[in-house]
This record gives sequence, structure tokens and C-alpha cells, in this order.
Amino acid sequence: MDWAVIWFVLIAVIFAVFFILEGFDYGIGIISPLLGRTDYERRALINTIGPVWDGNETWMVTAGGALFAAFPHVYATLFSGFYVALFLLLASLIFRGVSFEFRSKDEAPAWRKLWDICIFWGSLLPALLWGVAVANLLRGVPIDAGMNYVGGFFDLLSPYTLSVGVLFPVLFAYHGSLYAALKTSDDLSERAGSLAHRSGPVAIVLCLVVAVMTWLQTDLFTHPPAVVALLATAAALIVSVYFSCRKRFGWSFICSAATIGLFTASLFLGLFPRLMVSSLNPAWSLTVANASSSPYTLKLMTFAAAVFVPIVIAYQAWAHWLMRGRVSAKDLEY
Amino acid sequence: MELALARIQFAITVGFHFLFVPLTLGLSLFIAVLETLYVRTGREVYLKLTKFWGRLFVVNFAMGIVTGIALEFQFGMNWSEYSRFMGDIFGVPLAFEALTAFFLESTFLGLWIFGWHKLSRPMHAFCMWVVAFAGNLSAVWIISANAFMQAPTGYVLRNGRAELVDFGAFFANPYFLYQLPHMLLAGITTATVVVVGISAWHLARGNRSETLRMSMKLGLTWGIAAAFLVLVLGHAQGIYIGKDKPMKLAAMEAHWETEKPASFSVVAIIDESAKKNPVSLEIPYLLGVLAYNDPLAEVRGINDLQKEAVQSYGPGNYIPPVAIVYWSFRLMVGLGTLMFLALGWAWCLNRRGKLEDRVSLLKFLFWMIPLPYIANIAGWTVAEVGRQPWIVFGLQKVDKAFSPVVSAGQLIFSLSGYILIYIFLTFVWIYLMKKNARLNPDEEVA
Repeated sequence: MDWAVIWFVLIAVIFAVFFILEGFDYGIGIISPLLGRTDYERRALINTIGPVWDGNETWMVTAGGALFAAFPHVYATLFSGFYVALFLLLASLIFRGVSFEFRSKDEAPAWRKLWDICIFWGSLLPALLWGVAVANLLRGVPIDAGMNYVGGFFDLLSPYTLSVGVLFPVLFAYHGSLYAALKTSDDLSERAGSLAHRSGPVAIVLCLVVAVMTWLQTDLFTHPPAVVALLATAAALIVSVYFSCRKRFGWSFICSAATIGLFTASLFLGLFPRLMVSSLNPAWSLTVANASSSPYTLKLMTFAAAVFVPIVIAYQAWAHWLMRGRVSAKDLEY
Repeated sequence: MELALARIQFAITVGFHFLFVPLTLGLSLFIAVLETLYVRTGREVYLKLTKFWGRLFVVNFAMGIVTGIALEFQFGMNWSEYSRFMGDIFGVPLAFEALTAFFLESTFLGLWIFGWHKLSRPMHAFCMWVVAFAGNLSAVWIISANAFMQAPTGYVLRNGRAELVDFGAFFANPYFLYQLPHMLLAGITTATVVVVGISAWHLARGNRSETLRMSMKLGLTWGIAAAFLVLVLGHAQGIYIGKDKPMKLAAMEAHWETEKPASFSVVAIIDESAKKNPVSLEIPYLLGVLAYNDPLAEVRGINDLQKEAVQSYGPGNYIPPVAIVYWSFRLMVGLGTLMFLALGWAWCLNRRGKLEDRVSLLKFLFWMIPLPYIANIAGWTVAEVGRQPWIVFGLQKVDKAFSPVVSAGQLIFSLSGYILIYIFLTFVWIYLMKKNARLNPDEEVA
């Protein structure tokens, strides 16, 4: 049994869960200025994710910790190489995180406005940056024989990586609108549904653009399982949009979650056994073989993940269930 | 240049993060106890205090989270060679921390904040217990990771890096076992000084409600116990460090030459280039007592330890910046003692019902709020600066650990970004803490 391969799968799973959960979180932040016409409506939108956003963001933190423990070279190369992008991500997340807690603590309109702006940009930028980042893993970046990234910030930006960088916020906004349609009430819920209805087709078009660009710019199409997953991504998205047109938002949301999960799966299947592709020399790519921790550490961490990931999923599911139902006026005291 | 910038950035981001952590650790426990008392007795006073301290807790917690994420990413961003060398070991507690602590903490705090009407009273109190448990568990993982950097255990050097071979030995690290309770109790001390200080502010202004008296009484009782234990455990830790990390102890005491018996320097003017103290006020025999509980013990000095280190690790300077460590140590111990005495005095007066008449003491207790923060940072300065030039003691030096691909320009960009963001957040944080601390706990807040 190759423990590094198990960890490759686990990293993919953690990223998929992260994108699915933070997807609707970021989405709510991105659509809140569009949908929330009044202070009350913006508060209601924030409260749909209020109890869960931090737990969702922890999946990103776990992805970072898991990369550090299982693939230290990927953690080192990726984070030092994408330095400026990561700093922008962290700055966005800092503002976003405090906004949720601070916004309600003062009633001055300027105060509320400030944090509303932070929530919007703090959700849009991370979505975009993660899109660009994962696209770069697959397209390949200049990594030298010593595993170091030798490009600059602007080498990360190309038509292909930017297309994924646009897809992510749009897909998340769509995913978030569906969530808002399910979790808010009355007029707000109606408008969220109609936003989903309108943004769904845009997401489909972008998804097709990304698929074509992936075919042109990466070697993903030489990996049949990845192609199957990519086709399934498109299918799930189309089914999701179909349900949203029928106002079956629950099913639609499940399918949009599947879309994000399948897209992540396609990406990692296309990468395997690599985690970061070197554009300079295929032999310099970071792989499960050359970038992983020792078998002892991987075994220990596999045991930890096998015990704790199911427990985490169980109590997070329980927390979502406790907070089920639509956010209404009486929940707005916080 | 790059190395200096990366170090400054790490010092600023870790120091800023640690302004929020100790209060989170201690206050979560305090609130969990208050809410449990409410569930058990049904008395309103406990509910009011739970809500009052809960509001401050949430503001503080948000700051702790967002500044913490910046740290988790920074190892890879600025210290990629460290990450490659140490990931096999250091990544493990970080991943465990996320899996076992962060998820619990974030999920159950979400339930606590939003669950007042959706959860039963015992369940709601249970959520705060989980938050308190998870927060302190998170500290366990981080201290274990830091302890490895201070005194590595359970590893082997293989494939050009440190690899974990014994997770049990990693945890049986004595450095970890001494550091952990010292820091957790420092968290409780910080929280109680804040509780006592804010309660004192209200009492000094003439608000003598039962709620505030209860808050003061509980804060003082917890406070003297915690502050006392911090001092005792700190002394025990000093003895361990004298035995296991003599260079750090020697730097803490600016003890240049080996002496037997050894005298303790109370204050000194330190000349690091001449490697001696031109002026030093000393107490004979005391250093032996502090380091070994033995007045006649020999305590090795920095200059001898440097020679030994050259023999073990090859040519180089193995002396940490002595003056910083020496003065940080005195600051930490001095403030810790002062807090213990002030809390103890206030506790005695309060028992006899005389504290509320001493308005000047109440005001002093309020102005004492910054002290645990200064002491906490000073304590970490002793630990981290005292480890220099090593990033991982005996295995990797700081100047070999930073990211070769990160340029000075990128570092200036991120460093100035952090400084601007953190200055802004500091103002917002102080504004919100003040605003919430001034509310009357007896009045219902929407």
C-alpha cells in the first residue's frame, strides 16, 4: 500500500469539501450587494452562513495543514512560489473573517457599509485566487530542479488560469444563490432563486470555456478518468440549472455541490500522480513519490484522518441540521 | 536583507496573533463555568455574566482566528526551507490541530453564538465547554510543535531532513511538558486580569450591582490561583532549562562566566561585544538556587557554553542576543509577580468587603489590563530569541530556513500590508472591546 497515494486522495477530498462548503459561503458574500437591498436583507444573508462559515473555512486550514504534513515540498514550493497571491488571499480572508463578527456590533450606516464592502471583496478575491491557483497546478509553473518556483506573480496569470479564476466566483455565486434561496424567506428567497436562474446559464458557458481551454492548455485530456469527471461536472451543472428553472432548489443545490466536487476530482485526476506540474521539465514536477513525507508520518496521519474526518463530518452535519430552516426576522438579534 | 524582513514579519504576525490567544484560552473556560453555574442554579446573575463576557469573547476570538491563518500559511511562504526540512514532523501537529481542535472550536462557537433559541440550556453551555476544550487543545498541539523546535525529540535525520520516528517521544518531550501548563495558566491569568480590570472599572464608577461583584469575586479567586501557579511552574521550567538548555538559561541571566557558587544578577548593563557585564547588581548564591535549587551549584557561563557548542556543531556564534533575553525575562517575571501581588491584595480586601472603598486600587486593577499582554509577549521573546541562532535547536539555523525564492520586494509588500492591516484592526478591536466592556451587564442588550 502506498501511503502517499492515500494522502493524494485525501488532499483531493479535503479540497473538494473545502470548495463545496466555502463555495456557498464565498457565493453569499459575492451576491450580498446584489441581493441585499436593505440592511435587514444583508444581515439575513450573512446569518444564513453565520453559524457555519468558520467551520467551513477550517477545511481550507486543514488543507494547508494536511499539505504541510503529507507533502511538505508541495506546501513549501506552492506557498513560497505563489507568495503575492497568497498574501492577497490572506488579507482578503482577514477582512472577511472579522466582518462577519464585527458588522453587527455597531449600528452606524458607515460602519455597516465598511464591513459589507469587506465581505464582498473578501469573498470575491479568494474565490478568484483559488481558481487561478488550482489552474496553475495543472497547467504547470516554472519549477526548477531544486523544487523551487522561479517565476513571478504575473507568470501565474494566463488566459487559461484566468478562465478558471472567473469560473470559480461565478460558480460559487450560483451555488450561493441556491443556498440563499433555500435559507432565506419571502421576497429575498424569491430574488435569490431568480438570481440562480439567471447566473446558472452563465456558469454553464464558462464551464464549457474552461473545458476547451483545459483541452488546449493542459494534458488533462490524456487522463481518461479526469475527462470522465470533467464531463460529469458539466452534466451535473446542467442538471442543476434544470432543477433551478423548475424551482426545485434543494435538488439544484445538491447538483451544484456535485459540480464543484466533480470539478475538483477532475483536476486531481488530471494531476495524478503529480501535485504541481513543472513547465520547465516534466521530471521536475512535484509528485506523490518525490514530495511526500516519510511512511511513518503518512501512516500516522492516515490513522488520524480515518478517525477524525468522519467525526468532523458528523458533527458539522449535525450543526447544519440544528441550524436548518430559513433565516427569519426573529433570528436577526445577532 | 530578505532574512531580516522575513524575521520581522514573523515576529510581528506571531506577536499580534498572540495578543488574542491567551484571552481566548482563559475566557472560554471562565464563560463555560459561568454558564454551567447558570444551568445548575438558574440564577440570572450567571446568565448576565455569560452574555457580557461572551460578547467580548466573540470580538476577541474573531481577531485570533484571522491572524492565526496568516501564521499557518507563513511557514510555507517565508520559511520554505524550514518547511522542507521539518514538514515531516512539524506538519503533523498542525494537521492534528486542524482536525481535532479548529473544527470543534469553530463549529461549536457558531452553535453557541446562534444557538441561544435553538439549543437547550445545558446543550448551549456544553457548546462553550467544547470551545474551551478545543481552544486549549489547539494550544497543546502548537506548544508540542514549538517544543520540538526548542528541544527536538523522537526524530531521525534522514533523506536530508528531520523525519518523525516516534510520536510518543515527540510528546514526552520535557520542554513541552513544562511549557504547556505554564502557558495555559498564563492564558487563565490573562483572562482573569481582564475580568477583574473591567469589573473594577464598573465598580469604581459606582455601579455596585450583584453581577459585577460576582464577576470581581470569581475573577480574583481564579486570578490568584492561576497567577501563583504560573510563577511556580515558571520556576520549575527554569530549573529544567538550566539542565537541558544551559545556553538559554545563561542568556536569560546574562551569565557570561562559569561560577561556583553562582550569583544572580538583578539588573546589569550588558556589553555583548565584550561578552561581559560592565555593571551588575548581584545577589550571591541565588542563581544556583534558581537554576538547581542548590545555592552551591556550579552554573556554566555563556563563554564556556559557546566553546562547547563550537565543538559540537562546528565554528559559528551560538550566543543568542543576550540583552533582549535578559530584559524580557526580567519583565515577564516582574510583571507576573506584580500581578500576583495585586490580585492577592485585592482578593484579601474583597473578602473583608473593603475592596469597593479603595477606588485607587480599583483604578489600578483597571490599568493592570495591559500587563499580562506584555508579560505574555516577553515570555515568548525569552523562549524564541533565547533559541537563536537555531530555528530548530541543533538541527537547523534560522539563516538556512527562509524561502530562497521570495524577494525583498515581495517581503516589503507583504510586511507593509500586514502592518497596515494590523494597525487598522487594532483600532477596531480596541473600539469594540471598549464599547462592549462599558455596557452595563445588568441591562439587556439587543
